[in-house]
Amino acid sequence: MSLRSPVGRVLGLGAAGEGVGHWWTQRVTSVALVLLGLWFVIALIGLPDRSYETVTSWMHDPFNAVMLSLLVGTAVYHSLLGVQVVVEDYVSDHGSKIVSMLALQFIHFILGALGIFSVLRVAFGSAA
Amino acid sequence: MSNPKFERPLSPFMMYRWQYSNTLSILHRVTGCALTAGLLLFVYWLVAVASGPEAYAEAQSVFAHPLTRVLLVGFSFAFFYHLLNGIRHLVWDAGYGFEKPRARATGWLVFLGAIVLTAILWVLVATGGAA
Repeated sequence: MSLRSPVGRVLGLGAAGEGVGHWWTQRVTSVALVLLGLWFVIALIGLPDRSYETVTSWMHDPFNAVMLSLLVGTAVYHSLLGVQVVVEDYVSDHGSKIVSMLALQFIHFILGALGIFSVLRVAFGSAA
Repeated sequence: MSNPKFERPLSPFMMYRWQYSNTLSILHRVTGCALTAGLLLFVYWLVAVASGPEAYAEAQSVFAHPLTRVLLVGFSFAFFYHLLNGIRHLVWDAGYGFEKPRARATGWLVFLGAIVLTAILWVLVATGGAA
């Protein structure tokens, strides 16, 4: 016999009320990061040099700009999900947990916004 | 609590002997946290590119500093280890690779693979012109 309500069963969110969303999103972003991360490393190695002109004209390319933006966004998202688990594991005090999560969320959103804005600024700027 | 008769049982991680599997598992978490810190350098690089030639030149001198180089080698190892071991975890999530010999073999593969990839990357960086 189940003690769960029919609504609870339909929603499938379990005892914590959050379901598998966090876990699943961590997997999805990890698969994306395998591809985006390898693309970035290979692309970086493939550059003839890392001068300002080379890097900006590389970032000016639409495909590179989109992939870089996706890399920044996905990496920040995956990182935030990861450090959230670390905080939940090691910070037992409720107040400290909320404060550290708030700080980490702010830092991650700032990093994501800075990174993507920078890529787009180069991408939409005039070609080097 | 002080009465030994009512001592609560210890969590497995407090009494298991140290072994390769928990080292690799902890290393996954440690490299993950390192990569979070590495995001700061990555975003700094992107902002420098977007801020113009002077800012980029300054960033290049920061990245060329020996201390930063050591840091970057560490971050690249963390990147490759977390990537390879992440794939190992995804295979586990799919329900494969739990057999002890296989888990041990993939563990070594991931660890040595990360070292080899890090070495290849920096050989390519060193031979492909100055950063």
